[in-house]
Amino acid sequence: MTALLSEEILSCIGRQSSPRREIVTRRDIRKYAIATDNRQAKYLAGDVAPPLFHVHLFWDVVPLSELSPDGVSIDTLLPRFPLEKAMAGGLDITYHQPIKPGDWLTATRTLTDIYEKSGRSGPLIFYEVLMEVRNDAGEPVVTEKTTRILR
Amino acid sequence: MSLTPKVGMALPERQHLCEVVQQMLYNASLWNGHRIHFDVPYATEVEGYPGLVVAGPLIGDWLHQVVDEWLGDAGMITGIEYSNRVAAFIGETVTAGGTVTAYDPESGEIRLEVYVKNDREEVLAPGVVTARLER
Repeated sequence: MTALLSEEILSCIGRQSSPRREIVTRRDIRKYAIATDNRQAKYLAGDVAPPLFHVHLFWDVVPLSELSPDGVSIDTLLPRFPLEKAMAGGLDITYHQPIKPGDWLTATRTLTDIYEKSGRSGPLIFYEVLMEVRNDAGEPVVTEKTTRILR
Repeated sequence: MSLTPKVGMALPERQHLCEVVQQMLYNASLWNGHRIHFDVPYATEVEGYPGLVVAGPLIGDWLHQVVDEWLGDAGMITGIEYSNRVAAFIGETVTAGGTVTAYDPESGEIRLEVYVKNDREEVLAPGVVTARLER
């Protein structure tokens, strides 16, 4: 197997983003519920957030000048990889407790692994990012592991 | 509310029309500016897609909803594993569904296999959901 991953890239394993703290509002829950075609009253009223609401809450809010020409925000947690074409990735999420309006939540993202494998059509790079969402008491609320594949 | 899961039982399916205004509101609510979701010339001419691409996490949300609606207030989703395998495009109608694969009446824990498929029966996103009934 060709060694695509340099020592410099591999040394990024363990890199952590600075924690982001956000407040949950009823209005944001309502917008998310409507936009996702949800039809349960408790979410449409914003009484409690539906699962996956953390995606909305912690999507990077970046200035327009920091978007690439295709409109994507650059993930500063990641090193520059020698392969760039993204393939399907996977998510593994654990929900520890419900999210409600007024909750202050803090997310920390960690680049937990980078490795390569040989696929049918050539080498593949895999990386894993762990996002931990906690409340102000320090209790886990959502844990999300994302695995992405580059070819 | 009582819910009696049985291994092998299918959840009621749910259809979603991938509609352009809804997609715009979804991506705007996230702050997702990726052009493949709203810029037709970019999506088709530069990226070579047949149309505007439905956001991957929205398909993921529909995997949750089909289970969450079935649970109602009887329980909550405790976890999911899924991947986006095939893209969906604006104008398509997709179908979410699932099957109970395990149930432990003692702990109230349920395991389900879930999917979102298109009208060609291609599975866009397969997944496994775990949930727990309130006791």
